[in-house]
Amino acid sequence: MEGHDFALWEKRVDALMVLCSSKGHFTVDGLRRALEDMGADAFEKHSYYERWIAAVNQNLIEDGVYTLEELATRMDEVAARGATYGEAAHG
Amino acid sequence: MPHDQHDHDHDHHGTSPSGHPYRHDNDEALTYWQRMEIAVRELLIEKGVTTAAEIAAQIDLMDSRSPANGAAVVARAWTDPAFKQRLLANAGDASREMGFDIGPLHLIAVENTADTHNLIVCTLCSCYPRNLLGLPPDWYKTRAYRSRAVREPRAVLTEFGVDVPQDSTIRVHDSTADMRYIVLPARPAGTENLSVEELAAWVTRDCMIGTALPRAPQVVSTGA
Repeated sequence: MEGHDFALWEKRVDALMVLCSSKGHFTVDGLRRALEDMGADAFEKHSYYERWIAAVNQNLIEDGVYTLEELATRMDEVAARGATYGEAAHG
Repeated sequence: MPHDQHDHDHDHHGTSPSGHPYRHDNDEALTYWQRMEIAVRELLIEKGVTTAAEIAAQIDLMDSRSPANGAAVVARAWTDPAFKQRLLANAGDASREMGFDIGPLHLIAVENTADTHNLIVCTLCSCYPRNLLGLPPDWYKTRAYRSRAVREPRAVLTEFGVDVPQDSTIRVHDSTADMRYIVLPARPAGTENLSVEELAAWVTRDCMIGTALPRAPQVVSTGA
């Protein structure tokens, strides 16, 4: 269980969390509330940064930064770009 | 112990024909959560909340933080009594004095003494003095550590190889969203003649979490 290299997408989740928090779109307490609302099994089923991106997203929608529809549309577009993270993220 | 999915990274054993360990690139099957990260990031950029450059700079800053920052603070406190006083009074300000960006957090340094050992944890998630230590180790984020550190700290410390005498006090500090702790370990005996830089090499990440004690730097033989 020693530290491992974080994947690029994980570092990006971390960066989005810090940046959006410093810009006032949510507080760490808001993130924690979203994490706790996911239920106990989320901690078994999902990895650390998977839970954090879910919490960041939940808070951004609540803050009105974008809508659930915009997110869904964009996630479909992303999936259509390719089968790997590299292709879907445009590198 | 919760099993993070990135553990699959460690399932690829062996090395390539050229003797290098296999290494992941961004070429695994796209997951639902990765799609969400890409979508959220793109929407944030399009809405003008952030920019690609700002995200890259934040990652760069995060990558540049390491326990060496905290070790420099500890070594200074061991050698400069006035600084140590300022550190114990306000660890954020004292660290800023040394040029470290601490952000708006309250940072509290807790001192190990002859009869008190300090241990830090975040029982709720993973709050950590990352500005001085970088990102937390995986074990710090596990449910096992987060729950056991408060319930049976002495047993946890023994597993880390730290035996705190029964008549010593163990203080466990639960970090919060805006309040982070860092342990100021006791300066080991026999280090009186070392320079600040030499002392810093005795201070490991775990010393500043409270799960280790300072020790002479190990001579690591460098492989291929």
